[in-house]
Amino acid sequence: MTDSPVTDAAAEAPADDALAIETRGLSKAFGRQRAVADVDLAVPRGSVYGFLGPNGSGKTTTIRMLLGLTSATDGQARVLGESMPERSRDVLPRVGALVEGPAFYPFLSGRANLARLDSGDRSAPSATRRARVGAALDRVGLGHAADKKAHAYSLGMKQRLGLAAALLMPRDLLVLDEPSNGLDPQGTREVRGLIRSLADEGTTVFVSSHLLAEVEQMCTHIGVMSAGRLLTQGTLDDLRALGAHRVRLLTPDPGPAREVLSRLGLAPDPVGAAPGTGPTHVEAELPQPGPSPESIVAALVAADVRVRGFEVAGASLEDRFVDLTGEGFDVAG
Amino acid sequence: MSPADAPARPARRGSGLALLGSEVAVLFRRVRTIALLAALALIPVLLAVAVRVTTDGSEGGGDGPAFLGDITQNGLFVSLTALTVAIPLFLPLTVGVVAGDTVAGEASLGTLRYLLVTPVGRVRLVLVKYAGAALFCLVATLVVVVFGAIAGAALFPVGPVTLLSGQTIGVGDYVGRLLLMALYVTISLLGLSAIGLFASTLTSVPVGAMAATIVLSTVAQIVDALPQLDALDPWLFTHYWLGFADLMRDPVSWGNFADNALLQAGYVAVFGALALGRFTTKDVLS
Repeated sequence: MTDSPVTDAAAEAPADDALAIETRGLSKAFGRQRAVADVDLAVPRGSVYGFLGPNGSGKTTTIRMLLGLTSATDGQARVLGESMPERSRDVLPRVGALVEGPAFYPFLSGRANLARLDSGDRSAPSATRRARVGAALDRVGLGHAADKKAHAYSLGMKQRLGLAAALLMPRDLLVLDEPSNGLDPQGTREVRGLIRSLADEGTTVFVSSHLLAEVEQMCTHIGVMSAGRLLTQGTLDDLRALGAHRVRLLTPDPGPAREVLSRLGLAPDPVGAAPGTGPTHVEAELPQPGPSPESIVAALVAADVRVRGFEVAGASLEDRFVDLTGEGFDVAG
Repeated sequence: MSPADAPARPARRGSGLALLGSEVAVLFRRVRTIALLAALALIPVLLAVAVRVTTDGSEGGGDGPAFLGDITQNGLFVSLTALTVAIPLFLPLTVGVVAGDTVAGEASLGTLRYLLVTPVGRVRLVLVKYAGAALFCLVATLVVVVFGAIAGAALFPVGPVTLLSGQTIGVGDYVGRLLLMALYVTISLLGLSAIGLFASTLTSVPVGAMAATIVLSTVAQIVDALPQLDALDPWLFTHYWLGFADLMRDPVSWGNFADNALLQAGYVAVFGALALGRFTTKDVLS
C-alpha cells in the first residue's frame, strides 16, 4: 500500500508549535487510487484557513486523517502540536469538528443528540451539560427547535446542529467540512459571522469549501487542493499578490508600443498581428515592483504611441485557481 | 467560551460511565427496541390465552412444547413454556437486531464518526455497545418471564410447583428458580450478542449484520440437530440453549449452567476480540 517511504528530511525537521495543523507527506491510497498524495499542510494558530478544492479533490479524506477516523497510508500529521492519531485522546477534546455533513439520531431531539455526544467526551463535565447544550443551541440559532426530533430538521437546521455539536466545549481548533452546505444565503451569512466571532476569540478555524467566494470572504489563509494534491497555500494576500496584474493597451501602433513597454521592463506578449491593420491589443504582465500604470501611459504618449485604451486588470483569485487547478470553482454557489 | 484558557484545562476525566448511561437510554427509549420487547411480551400472553381458550380444564398435555400441558394446572408454568418457545427463534431474532445494529447502526447514521471525534475511544465504544446489547438480552428474557407470570396468574390457578424430579416447592422458591432460569437464558444469548457485535463492525449496513447474526443462530441450531454432526455439538453456542430445565430439579443440576457459561464466555472472548481487532484498525468512512 505504501507508495514511497517518508524522506529522512521530513521526519527530522522540527515540529512547529505555531502551527495548529501540520502535515508532512500525508497520503492516503484506497487500493491503487491515491485520494490524497503528499500533502504538507501548515495551518497557523489563530488563522481561519480555507481548505479549498473541487468536490472529490481529497479534502474530506485529509480531514478524516487529521481527526484519526482514517489511517494515513503515509506521512505524519500533527494537530495542536501533538501527533495524530496517536494522541487523539488528548487532542480531540480540544477540537470541534463537522465532518462530511452533519449526522444525528433521527429519533432523538436536537437537544438529546447533543447531550448524547457530550456524554461521550470524558473531559466534558456532566454537571454543566444541560447549560452547555443550551448555550451551543442558542449560539447557532436553534434554541426554538431544540426539542424537535432531528428527523424533522431541514438540512440547514441539521447543519446548524452539527456546528452546535462542535461548540459544546471551548475548542482550540475547529475543523469544519463544508459548513454552509445546504444553508440558504441568510444561513451562510450567519455561519460566516459565527466563524469570524470564533476566530476573534482565538480559535483556529480550518474550513473546507468548494466555494471560492465563501473562502475569500472569511479566511485569512488558504490552501488549494486538486486531485489529491495541495497545489499552494499561504495567506490570502500572498495569493492575491501572486496573481500578477496585467496591462492591456489598445493602440494602432503596436510596434512602438511594444518597444516602450520593453524599455520600461515589461515583457509584452508576443502577438502575430501585422502593424498597420488597425488598433491592436498589446498585453503585458505588470511586474511588482515595477513602473506605475500612470507612468507607463505617460511614457507611451511621450513616444507618440496613440493610446486608444488602457487598463490594468488584477488577476482575480478565481483566475489563479483556474490556472492552478485547471478547473473552475463555483463562485456564486 | 474563551479558548484562551483552554490549553490550561485540567486533564480531569470522567469515568466514561455517562456514555453507557446514554447508550442504555438511547437503546431502550427507541421505538424499535420497545416494539421488539412488546413482541416478546406477546409470546407468553398469546400462549396463555390460547391454552385457556382451547382447553376447558379437562385436557392436559399433547404435542406442544415442554410444560405446555402443565399450564392449566399451574399458571406459573407459563413463563417456563414461553421461554422454551422463545429461545430457538424469537429471542435470537431480537438479540440479532440489537447486536447487529450496535456499530453498523451508528455507521449508517453517520453518528459513528462524531462519536469517535468527540472523542470516544474505539475500545470504549465497543465495550459500551456490547454492554448495551448484553443488557438487552437480560431485559428481553425478563420481559418473557414477567409477562408469562402475569398472564399465568391472571388466567390459571397458582400454587406450589412440582419439579421435574418430583418434589414440590413453594411459590417463593419457584420465583427464585425462575429468575435463575432467566439468568441462564441471558447468558445463553451473550455469545450470539458477541457474534452480532463482530458482524456489526464489518459493515455499515445494519440490516446485513442483523441478518447474518440471526442466520448464524438458526444454522447453529440446525447443525446441533443433525446426528451426523454430533461432534460439533459441544462447540455450538446454541447447544445448551434449552438446558435451563435442569434448574427445575432438586437438587439443582448445575452441569449445563457451568458448561453453558464457559462456552458463552469463550464465544464472547473470541468474537469480542475479533470485533475489537477489526474496529480499532478500521477506516471509518461512513
